[in-house]
Amino acid sequence: MRLVWLTLPVLAACATASGHPASQAPTPAESTSVQRAQYPSTYHRHANAPVVIRNATIMTATGQEIPNGSILFRDGRIVAVGATVEAPADAVVVDATGKFVTPGVIDTHSHLGVYAAPGTDAESDGNEATNPVTAEVWAEHSFWPQDPQIPLAIAGGVTTIQALPGSANLIGGRSAILKLIPARTVQEMKFPGAPYGLKMACGENPKRVYRSRGPSTRMGNMAGYRAAFIQAEQYRQRWDKWDANHQGDPPQRDLKLETLAEVLRGHILVQNHCYRADEMAQMLDLAHEFGFKIRAFHHAVEAYKIADLLAREGTAVAVWADWWGFKEEAMDGIHENAALVQAAGGRPTIHSDSESGIQRLNQEAGKAMYYGRRAGIDITRDQALRWFTANAAWVLGIDSLVGTLEPGKMADVVVWSADPFSVYAKALQVYNDGWLVYDRNDPAHQPRTDFELGQEPVPGADR
Amino acid sequence: MIALILAQTIAITGGTVYPVSGPKIEQATVLIRDGKIAAVGANVTIPADATRIDATGKWVTPGFIDGAGQMGLVEISAVGGTREAAQRPDTIAASFNVTEGINPASQLIAVTRIEGITTTLATPAGHLVSGQAVLIDLTGATIEEMTAQSPVGIVADLSEGAKDEGGGSRAAVAQLLREVFRDALEYERRKTDFTRAQMQPLSASAADLEALLPVLHGRLPLIVLANRRSDIETALRLAREFKLRLILAGAQEAWEVAAEIASAGVPVLVQPLDNIPSYDALGVRYENASLLAKAGVKVVLLETDTHNSRNLRQQAGNAVSYGMTWDQALRAITLSPAEVFGVADRYGSLDVGKVANVVVWSGDPFEFSTAVEHVIIRGKEIPLTSRQAELLQRYKTLPPTY
Repeated sequence: MRLVWLTLPVLAACATASGHPASQAPTPAESTSVQRAQYPSTYHRHANAPVVIRNATIMTATGQEIPNGSILFRDGRIVAVGATVEAPADAVVVDATGKFVTPGVIDTHSHLGVYAAPGTDAESDGNEATNPVTAEVWAEHSFWPQDPQIPLAIAGGVTTIQALPGSANLIGGRSAILKLIPARTVQEMKFPGAPYGLKMACGENPKRVYRSRGPSTRMGNMAGYRAAFIQAEQYRQRWDKWDANHQGDPPQRDLKLETLAEVLRGHILVQNHCYRADEMAQMLDLAHEFGFKIRAFHHAVEAYKIADLLAREGTAVAVWADWWGFKEEAMDGIHENAALVQAAGGRPTIHSDSESGIQRLNQEAGKAMYYGRRAGIDITRDQALRWFTANAAWVLGIDSLVGTLEPGKMADVVVWSADPFSVYAKALQVYNDGWLVYDRNDPAHQPRTDFELGQEPVPGADR
Repeated sequence: MIALILAQTIAITGGTVYPVSGPKIEQATVLIRDGKIAAVGANVTIPADATRIDATGKWVTPGFIDGAGQMGLVEISAVGGTREAAQRPDTIAASFNVTEGINPASQLIAVTRIEGITTTLATPAGHLVSGQAVLIDLTGATIEEMTAQSPVGIVADLSEGAKDEGGGSRAAVAQLLREVFRDALEYERRKTDFTRAQMQPLSASAADLEALLPVLHGRLPLIVLANRRSDIETALRLAREFKLRLILAGAQEAWEVAAEIASAGVPVLVQPLDNIPSYDALGVRYENASLLAKAGVKVVLLETDTHNSRNLRQQAGNAVSYGMTWDQALRAITLSPAEVFGVADRYGSLDVGKVANVVVWSGDPFEFSTAVEHVIIRGKEIPLTSRQAELLQRYKTLPPTY
């Protein structure tokens, strides 16, 4: 969160991810303990004409940067990318001479919708800070689609977010993977086929929030995770046994343990807020104890200290380019964090954890890339692009669907006014699943939330 | 040590020099002697004893000034023991000058100055009248050495943030400020009565009323934090009533009343990347800085996050993206803050006689691809090191050597 002028800094809402070969998107299989359909996505692709963007520098996030290239997409899917692309007669032709084209921006760590603007108590829906373990809550049940911060993020080129619960709790609840589009309900935004994430948090936040009742120490934090997963193991065993023979009454459902059991089955991806290197190593031991994987460490300001370990484990990191110093566990943040994780063979992503920062993840990635290079770490443009596209898609388990510009991928595409690693670059057009959801030069494609109606001041006019 | 600094002569040669007070000069020299700028131009004679810095192909600018934040007043935001910016509990803390709270050993100083920010404001925080802000150079072993100007203004808060202390209503905040100002003038007229306890109780302590007198006599600016248009208008009204030298800060909806602010001759301190709506400023938008500049308002650009004061460069670059000219943005982080804080005779541009705060950049200072190559503060070259740089060196190759 941005700090207000002249006020004392406040704690950031929370804050990591890394990588390896593209995995299969984990199947969001029906939880075996639940036979009914659970809160399904009602997402529908908007119908629109095919689009061909010509004469642009196409940055594919697959290792290629095509000068004077073209991209064609139709029916929400990328059809062709290359130096020359045949366009059908009914295609909308966009001349992007001098412009740059990238995959849609993906933020692995957002609180849009759950900490909506204006930031009042009434809109504070991100932390169910009533118990250190609230695996039973789901971020989508807090998410407000009319959050006026959503169009601002879209104008920054963002097409997909992971909306997370906050970091007050050891286990904060399920995340929501959302297409960032104007919608009446969160169900219309739910990314079809995306697995859920589970927010977990290390360190200062949980032990501060629960200091009077516990956990009040880092060792107390660890004991809390372990107690929860011991219960989850037993719960999973009860259900697996019943599922095998359906004898007698089914076990009692428990929402909290249902989610944790899905983590143990590998269907829900662990997204772990954790700053310090030594604590990340503890969390990896926890994951080994119970046989699950940590998909990504979020914030991970000390990831560079254990970049080798993270690469071996295949755990990604979601980091900032430059946040540091707002609390003790953030003291050792350095600009070169992402670059060092990359160099060690890990999978970095640049995340925002901020309603302001989400609007310029391209700038933050550029910053982190150039600092890495100046430190002698050879980061390619394609690698830095993947920090907020392909790697981020992997963290969310949707890398087979989005994150690169390749035929067959969902047409989440951004046209930038300039090199996206420049401070002067702005998103000119944002296509989400082929739908022109934002156009900087066309007010007809600049969505406004209900909240904004009637609120926009006119200079010098009576209000 | 001071003698050593004063003895130094540095010649930065061959660079494109942006004096800010005038047009850029190609292949020019900036000559620095005894902590001051001794010469600037394309034809400068370089003394034989000068240390030369070859800036061929580089950009040379004045050191940047961040007119916000709590540099030296906070080390770790979440650790109360390292925070010095707020005096507790005092609604009217006009006499609270932050200077002796500044920690010259703060790690933030090195982290910031190696990114080309050479001077920052150290601002008091909290309450209705927060205290006195001071301007510091990011070098020096003692507070005395660091201080560039103290105070530069008294800070008051007319935003939603101070409402509770002001009585729970914006109207009450304004009335309380008026009462305090009148009491200060009354106190000045009747100091003898006051010391004999022959006056009604006043709305603030004698020290705070005394501290407000330079503001009420127009010798010291009142820096008013206000975001909502109506609060900005209240600030302008108060300034008219009491003939104050007003500086607006925050000022998120200032673009709505840019013409009025321009005609009042009031400068405005804004953070370009503010655009998240709140009930304090539903009209907040990226174009604020450029719209104010177009209306003729003197604009100063800020980065308010003290730990990332170094991102003032990014703020300025984004101000350009949203409508300021590049030259306006550069001025808004150099000469304009120097003028607004009353130190333009010594700071803000590359002119003979000014304090030698100079930065050599590999390219456009607002771009991420640009490296800071040399930082000179008060005529002395600063080593480009920090605790963060040491962490990088330690962990660049794993395992580290302890």
